[in-house]
Amino acid sequence: MIHKTVANVQKALEGVQDGMTFMLGGFGLCGIPENAIGELVRLKIKGITCISNNAGVDDFGLGLLLQNHQIQKMISSYVGENDEFERQMLSGELEVELTPQGTLAEKCRAAQSGFPAFYTPAGYGTEVAIGKETREFNGKMYVLEEAYQADFAFVKAWKGDHAGNLIFKGTARNFNPCMCGAAKITVAEVEELLPAGSLDPNEIHIPGIFVQRIFQGEHFEKRIEQRTVRRIENA
Amino acid sequence: MLDKNGIAQRIAKEVKDGYYVNLGIGIPTLVANFVRDDIEVEFQSENGVLGMGPFPFEGEEDPDVINAGKQTITTLPGASFFDSATSFGMIRGQHVHLTILGAMEVAENGDIANWKIPGKMVKGMGGAMDLVASAENIIVAMTHTNKAGKSKLLKRCTLPLTGVGCVKKIVTNLAVLEVKANGFHLLERAPGVTVEEIKKATEGHLVVPDEVPEMLL
Repeated sequence: MIHKTVANVQKALEGVQDGMTFMLGGFGLCGIPENAIGELVRLKIKGITCISNNAGVDDFGLGLLLQNHQIQKMISSYVGENDEFERQMLSGELEVELTPQGTLAEKCRAAQSGFPAFYTPAGYGTEVAIGKETREFNGKMYVLEEAYQADFAFVKAWKGDHAGNLIFKGTARNFNPCMCGAAKITVAEVEELLPAGSLDPNEIHIPGIFVQRIFQGEHFEKRIEQRTVRRIENA
Repeated sequence: MLDKNGIAQRIAKEVKDGYYVNLGIGIPTLVANFVRDDIEVEFQSENGVLGMGPFPFEGEEDPDVINAGKQTITTLPGASFFDSATSFGMIRGQHVHLTILGAMEVAENGDIANWKIPGKMVKGMGGAMDLVASAENIIVAMTHTNKAGKSKLLKRCTLPLTGVGCVKKIVTNLAVLEVKANGFHLLERAPGVTVEEIKKATEGHLVVPDEVPEMLL
């Protein structure tokens, strides 16, 4: 077995530098790498390009990095929940590249899987396709989109083992598996870190080959963005 | 004239047995409340779940189980979770039978704009561009006019496009319309709404047959 475990978040983020490109898993606040984000805040890494579907909320998730003006460029599909984000974008402090969600996911997966680019119908005929190659296949038009190139991918999983194998929970899976192995170094933080052999190989979502460093995460807040419930008496 | 629930109720009639359906945020989400319970339908949420159920009971919310609107949800028997690339594989690969989404503008050539108001709203397209570019069957749920009273069914969209030539059917508070080569075809009127009212509220080319039935809910 190739051992991937590092002692803590500090060890896990060794080598991060100003001006790097990071992929961060999560959809909204669900399944975000809370520990890695906290450490990036503490390290005051600046000039970051973030590839992440959303930008957090004002006081949580990537919003924490935005508040400290650590992010130079944000590559996302939807950023609607963050006032500070909007302010920085409209004032020109923050560069933003809005990308269709499925394209964003596939640009990660392409990087993971060794494809330099792929054709997608998403965004054809819209401003997203401006400056990009387009091509017709079987009577339908497609846009050529290139794989991302990133220095680190920070992902969050439910369970992991010392070999770097990962299992995700519920919709906290989202972009996390697509980003594993899609950057030069993939760092996984997990709720439960187990000895190799504890996880059933049949149940592994991401094999450890896609993960360089894994650590036991701490103090997961798992904040809910839109708490919606039905009342028991109406059931 | 229909309210939001009325629009959702009419669209629910388009949901057929055996369909996998993606519901957008807003009025489309309400459609789930009106689908007949004698048919089998699975709702997909593009953040990575098939077989979405109702909202959880108080105290049973799971922060790891949400829909694309970031709302806490439950799952039904037969549900599955998957990653974002797989999710959009289902969408681009046309395994999802029906997409229902909102719009700010629809043009008579089927173009749709629903993600950006330059200088005002810059939230992003989320999964909308993937959905409209891929789905075989797209129904738009929206009000016929905007808050200023201007038509949202136009000759050409004025806002940045989400997709081109993709909308097939529109259900508004006033009417059900089909988009064909020569414009909006009026199929049904909402209860109590006249053809004249629909004509007045439609800027794009409207094709009106001799008989326009009132919609059945």
